[in-house]
Amino acid sequence: MTSETLVEINDLNFSYDKRAILKGINMTMPRGKVIAIMGGSGCGKTTLLRLIGGSVAPSSGYVKVAGQVVHELSRDELFQMRRKMSMLFQFGALFTDLSVFDNVAFQMREHTNLPEAVIRDLVLMKLHAVGLRGAHKLMPAELSGGMARRVALARSIALDPLLIMYDEPFTGLDPISLSVIGNLIRRLTDALGMTSIVVTHDVQESLKIVDYVYFISEGVIAAHGTPAEVRDSVAPFVHQFVHGEEDGPVPFHYPANSYASDLRLGGRFA
Amino acid sequence: MLMLLKSGISLRRFHLIIREIYFTGVLSLIIIVVSGLFVGMVLGLQGYETLQKYGSESAVGTLVALSLVRELGPVVAALLFASRAGSAITAEIGLMKATEQLAAMEMMAVDPIARVVAPRFWAGVISMPFLAAMFSAVGIFGGYLVTVVLIGVDEGSFWSQMQNAVDFRYDIVNGVIKTCVFGVAVTAIAVFEGYDAPPTAEGVSGATTRTVVTSSLAILGLDFVLTAFMFRGMS
Amino acid sequence: MQRTTMDLWVGLFVAAGIGALLVLALKVGNMGTYSAAQSYTLLGNFENIGGLKPRAPVKSAGVVVGRVVDIQFNPETFDAVVTMSIDSRYQFPKDTFASILTSGLLGEQYIGLAAGGDEVMLKSGDKIMKTNSAMVLEEMIGRFLFNKASESNGDKN
Repeated sequence: MTSETLVEINDLNFSYDKRAILKGINMTMPRGKVIAIMGGSGCGKTTLLRLIGGSVAPSSGYVKVAGQVVHELSRDELFQMRRKMSMLFQFGALFTDLSVFDNVAFQMREHTNLPEAVIRDLVLMKLHAVGLRGAHKLMPAELSGGMARRVALARSIALDPLLIMYDEPFTGLDPISLSVIGNLIRRLTDALGMTSIVVTHDVQESLKIVDYVYFISEGVIAAHGTPAEVRDSVAPFVHQFVHGEEDGPVPFHYPANSYASDLRLGGRFA
Repeated sequence: MLMLLKSGISLRRFHLIIREIYFTGVLSLIIIVVSGLFVGMVLGLQGYETLQKYGSESAVGTLVALSLVRELGPVVAALLFASRAGSAITAEIGLMKATEQLAAMEMMAVDPIARVVAPRFWAGVISMPFLAAMFSAVGIFGGYLVTVVLIGVDEGSFWSQMQNAVDFRYDIVNGVIKTCVFGVAVTAIAVFEGYDAPPTAEGVSGATTRTVVTSSLAILGLDFVLTAFMFRGMS
Repeated sequence: MQRTTMDLWVGLFVAAGIGALLVLALKVGNMGTYSAAQSYTLLGNFENIGGLKPRAPVKSAGVVVGRVVDIQFNPETFDAVVTMSIDSRYQFPKDTFASILTSGLLGEQYIGLAAGGDEVMLKSGDKIMKTNSAMVLEEMIGRFLFNKASESNGDKN
């Protein structure tokens, strides 16, 4: 198991402006699996991805990717390592001044010296994998949200990375695009033997495709397990989250004074 | 800043610079040429009105050429460039940041400074002197149109007085130096504001406004300083 | 936008920019007439240079043959030393006469060279011996008034 571990997170703490965002996170992510990180909005999921990608450095603890501690790498070493990972941003983050083809070809042109004919074939293969070979001439502005997400997916597998991180890949998609993306994540992970980390709050869709789930709440891992374990979990947070209940351990109301005192009931006018 | 210098030289990025010259330089041509023509024509009219009182209307060519080559060409072209191209650079980089394109690039192990910022910076620095030269040349042509063709000032004395008064080294080279300085200042401010913009709609619009305001002030301030150094003690 | 179209436009743009610079240099500036040529230096002492300034033209028979490079005050002879840079194509005899003239009544001042008849030509660094100072308007008016006054005095006497 250890030899197959791609990402290892050990006692990771991160604070921003003295506000602790992540507290003592431990995770292991084996090769060839799809791992979901779930939690309410603003719980630090995206920050976790940024820590794995090395965009920010942890306050304490470490993230190891393929045996290297990310925040100890120099800029050049970090750039070397990032060639082995890629990230799918929430809305795709396609380069709006480049066509679909050039977007997918971007990394190949930047990082390799492949002849243009080879790049052309590779790009069309990647686009074929997401079903958009016919759209290679379009500009990003001409794509629907779901198509843009698929192009971004093709772009992120351009250099056959070991690790892909998905930041909210399901947000704002219709049910068809949503399951298309979900299935693509699963299929590509299996076909390319890479590891996928999916940050999401779309429980139903992601439980269908992932191998393991971590729940993060208020900066700590609240629960983790396989999808089956999670569905049957009786832990109050997980139950509330999986079944989408309005009130529970995560309260509906933002912390406030008591309702009665805010409305000045029994105060001046009594 | 060092990074900008280092990354700009790489030949691999040369086509990127050409692309950006198209956006900053070629697309600014119309506003530069039209403004230059009108500024020159107005200078010609006003200069003629004033000089005619002293019977020296043949010096109008000198007046138009010196005003344009020394001051108006570099300054007005740079101001127009700041509002046409500078704001576009800021908005583009700011939007790329707001839509996470720069973060995506960073995650693809491509340095956004080298890939996005540096080509725009170099394109601006290259375009600016050309634009200002065209502004001055078209402006002098505008002055020629109004005073020689329309009013009927003697063509020979228009050009010869101009050539006697305008010195290549002192007036034209100094004017070109000014435009180079303005080009560096405007594009540096534009790319910085774009790169530094908060990734929100207000952030990008605020940064665009700041680009125009800051670079306009920088142009005028630098112009004073440069003029003081270049033309001090000269006629 | 096709890459080739873009390249073409940028090429045209750069060509137009260089063209504009050339027009400025040759048609507007004086590079075509003077700066590019080889030049040599002549000196001249003037009692009074009036409003002469560096870069003022040096003309002979109305043709610009050079430019004033530098003006210094000589504390020993109490006159002005004017350094001129003259186009090497033009040689002047040793007894050339240099005077400070004004183009028009209020125009700029320049140095006029009137060639003499000597067989020996001036070499670089030589001093023009025969010079004529600037006419200063105030002095002329003053002299004119003085003459008038003395004339009228003479009439009375």
